[in-house]
Amino acid sequence: MAYDQLIFERSEKGRIGYSLPKSEIKEYDIDKSLLRKSAPELPEVSEFDVVRHFTNVSFKNHGIETGFYPLGSCTMKYNPKIDQDLSNMEQFTGLHPYQPVETVQGVLEILYETQKMLARISGLDTYSLNPYAGAHGELVGLMIMRHYHASRKDFKRKKIIVPDSAHGTNPASAATAGFDVVEVASNQDGTVNLNSLKSVLDDSIAGIMLTNPNTIGMFEKDIMEIASLVHEAGGLLYYDGANLNPMMGMARPGDMGFDIMHINLHKTFSTPHGGGGPGSGPVGVTRALKPYLPEPVVRKAGNHFFIDQKDEQSTGRISHFYGNVGVVLKAYAFLRTNGKEHLYEIAKYSTLNANYIKESLKDTFKLPIKKHCKHEFVFDGLIDKSTGVTTYDISKRLLDFGIHPPTMYFPLLYKEPMMIEPVENESKQTMDHFIKIMKTIAKEAIEDPDTVKNAPHTTPVKRLDEALAARNPKVKYRDLIE
Amino acid sequence: MFKYLPHTPEDIEAMLKTIGVKDIDTLYEDVPEALKGVDLNIPSSMSELELTNHFKTLADNNRQLKSFMGMGAYDHYTPSVIRHLIERQEFLTAYTPYQPEVSQGTLQYIFEYQSMICELTGMDVSNASMYDGATATAEAMYMAVNVRKKRRHILISDTVNPVIVDVLRTYAYNQDIELEMIESKEGLSDTDAIKDAMRHDTAAVITQTPNRYGIIEDYMDLGDACSDNKTLFIINQDPSTLSHLKTPRDQGADIAVGEAQSLGVPLSFGGPYIGYFATTTKLMRKMPGRICGVTKDVDGKRAFVLTLQAREQHIRREKANSNICSNQSLMALFVTIYLSIMGKKGLYEAQNTSKNHAHYLHDMLLKLPHFIDPFEKPFFKEFTLKTDIDVNHMNRLLSEQGYLGPFNQGAFEVQKEGYITFSVTEKRTKEEMDHFIDILGAL
Repeated sequence: MAYDQLIFERSEKGRIGYSLPKSEIKEYDIDKSLLRKSAPELPEVSEFDVVRHFTNVSFKNHGIETGFYPLGSCTMKYNPKIDQDLSNMEQFTGLHPYQPVETVQGVLEILYETQKMLARISGLDTYSLNPYAGAHGELVGLMIMRHYHASRKDFKRKKIIVPDSAHGTNPASAATAGFDVVEVASNQDGTVNLNSLKSVLDDSIAGIMLTNPNTIGMFEKDIMEIASLVHEAGGLLYYDGANLNPMMGMARPGDMGFDIMHINLHKTFSTPHGGGGPGSGPVGVTRALKPYLPEPVVRKAGNHFFIDQKDEQSTGRISHFYGNVGVVLKAYAFLRTNGKEHLYEIAKYSTLNANYIKESLKDTFKLPIKKHCKHEFVFDGLIDKSTGVTTYDISKRLLDFGIHPPTMYFPLLYKEPMMIEPVENESKQTMDHFIKIMKTIAKEAIEDPDTVKNAPHTTPVKRLDEALAARNPKVKYRDLIE
Repeated sequence: MFKYLPHTPEDIEAMLKTIGVKDIDTLYEDVPEALKGVDLNIPSSMSELELTNHFKTLADNNRQLKSFMGMGAYDHYTPSVIRHLIERQEFLTAYTPYQPEVSQGTLQYIFEYQSMICELTGMDVSNASMYDGATATAEAMYMAVNVRKKRRHILISDTVNPVIVDVLRTYAYNQDIELEMIESKEGLSDTDAIKDAMRHDTAAVITQTPNRYGIIEDYMDLGDACSDNKTLFIINQDPSTLSHLKTPRDQGADIAVGEAQSLGVPLSFGGPYIGYFATTTKLMRKMPGRICGVTKDVDGKRAFVLTLQAREQHIRREKANSNICSNQSLMALFVTIYLSIMGKKGLYEAQNTSKNHAHYLHDMLLKLPHFIDPFEKPFFKEFTLKTDIDVNHMNRLLSEQGYLGPFNQGAFEVQKEGYITFSVTEKRTKEEMDHFIDILGAL
């Protein structure tokens, strides 16, 4: 039986888990009218209670170190321990963001050098590390587009083109940045349909957002033509870096004609996902767009690093300080560990692994696009649909075998999509095991479909009633006891 | 071979054979030739030992200072257990909890986090966290214009930290939102002026307490005036002060937001931190970000799940409440463990000591010749004095002695030159404070 207690349910009146130094300073009172009426009901637990509680809670999660995690578009690679150790050094974690620059030269050097390495990897001029996540990077990139067009008094450009195969954040970010979204239909393989693109290109277009390779792992082979068409129409190209992993050292977004992009450090550069953040989504731009980067910016003069707070043309401030610095430290460590020698290999092996799984399972699972893929690909459920076993069922059954399911029901181009991304540091043995399990489940679907349809059976909880949670929201401990 | 890449030449050979290609480059045949042949031009690979030495060299180029500054980043003590627990790989390496059956760990701590934020703020519902306090405030502004359709006017008290106002300005530009700053009176929000400035198209009023000067604000009937005008009242409040101070709910807030770094999160040169965002049941379905709720599994067992997802980008695309996808989940765990360890008593004690230390420093500095209190208003652990000393010179001297001196509000507006804002926490000892006072006394 899995652990099922909330920290509040372990609370006993009077128990404590902290120790603080006794202060010699006398008590100063604050006017009663400014104080709260009753104390917040925080748990009263011992230190050991806390440790045992959260350890048991952790057992209910599947992490990368637990088992295979081929979650498409999320690039779930090993998070090196040394990166964690180095970013935890007190000479970094103890720095106040407003310390005098001469006392923070070490951390500024890391930020500056990271900006430079990202620029070289992506073929752009420079980066801002301030955006906190991929979606934040998208928003900032689109704001840069808006400021660029506005600075040229080109106010009629109010539309952003987004392919229908794109991540949901793309249209959401465009709308948040104040643009209208023009969705263009993709080719069957999710690549941009040049005719539909041409039909929407006019002087109302601010730009286009693309992932390349796209969510099906297909490279836009017409990318150079797409870039010149969009540029000729006066628009800019935004590269969603979610799928940068298979391109490092193979081809650069800047050379493809992209003007702005973000990189997910928590994907490509292996900083931990943290159960959904903190991530980091640095934004890079071409030389022409450099003045529009958000402020503040880390710069170098001679051997001295400094922080430039204000720039006339800047898009403005998008974070309180300088982004998730602690995350950037880990990405920097990862970059220096891999160096120029191994980034190519990351790209190549991620592509090799995806194609290996695809070819090994294509006789069992429906493969809509038969071409070579890059780092990920999509199956459209089982070939044999007669059993009624869905992608959802297969995903849940995988949990019983200790494997995290692929991304399911995305992209929206197919009925039963499962998007598989094995990443470069998974071995052939791990993938062969996955292939074997996937075939086992396919066989079960025919011989014993109920086992698959009722899966999972071995997880801390079974299938959930999601409708109940939405119908009658209970979103805090008080909702359970009152 | 390389430590993070397991493939032997034999593995590669076998895989290529299965795929039916002669080499990996064939898998890149759709990439135009013009794009190939990239020279990455970054430094060469380092061993773990070399990397560690490299980091030590870089770390030596930083100097830790004992902080007497706040302005959005507070130097509170971090109990040791937190780091150990958040670095459990089950928490650290997992993705967003899209597969709830194997993500109950993440979902449960999000639920506990939401519960604690509601306890502190008095609000009905909290989301799973935001990037930081400033962007949480911007998201609150977006939510207000989303809830009050056709209203595009926002009133902001000029006692809100100007950095947060800068972020609001950046976000406002996107959606053609009109921001109007309301001048403060003697360091406090001018609630009468805010009421007078309220228009029929005012979507929200935004204030901060304790404010940019550290002063505790009391909004009296401002919340009522807002609700009479169907204007949302957004209060940005440092949640650590809620051990003592009146809650945003008691002050009439519709949305409470702020920077939760002050709940034990290390300074880390500005990030990762964590914004919190809480609102009323009535507005729950308009809230940005993720929300975790309770449900049952098929056996009737209690379970946790992301809920009300119809608000979100992966379902609604361009019609979503926000483009927020991930948040600062691990930092939400950080804060949850902090609040568990400190508990009801410990949070109060840490903040109470911080408050007493700040008041002690305040009183001692006023005995020195060059400092006056320009506002003389109640404050918590941060306060602002006015000085005629050259602040740069003063802070350089302090830094040489190992201290981070006060923040010069002149960095924001020239007319605030010499208004300097100090903050003290439970981490500073009496000896350190007395030494600090001695250095300033010698000026």
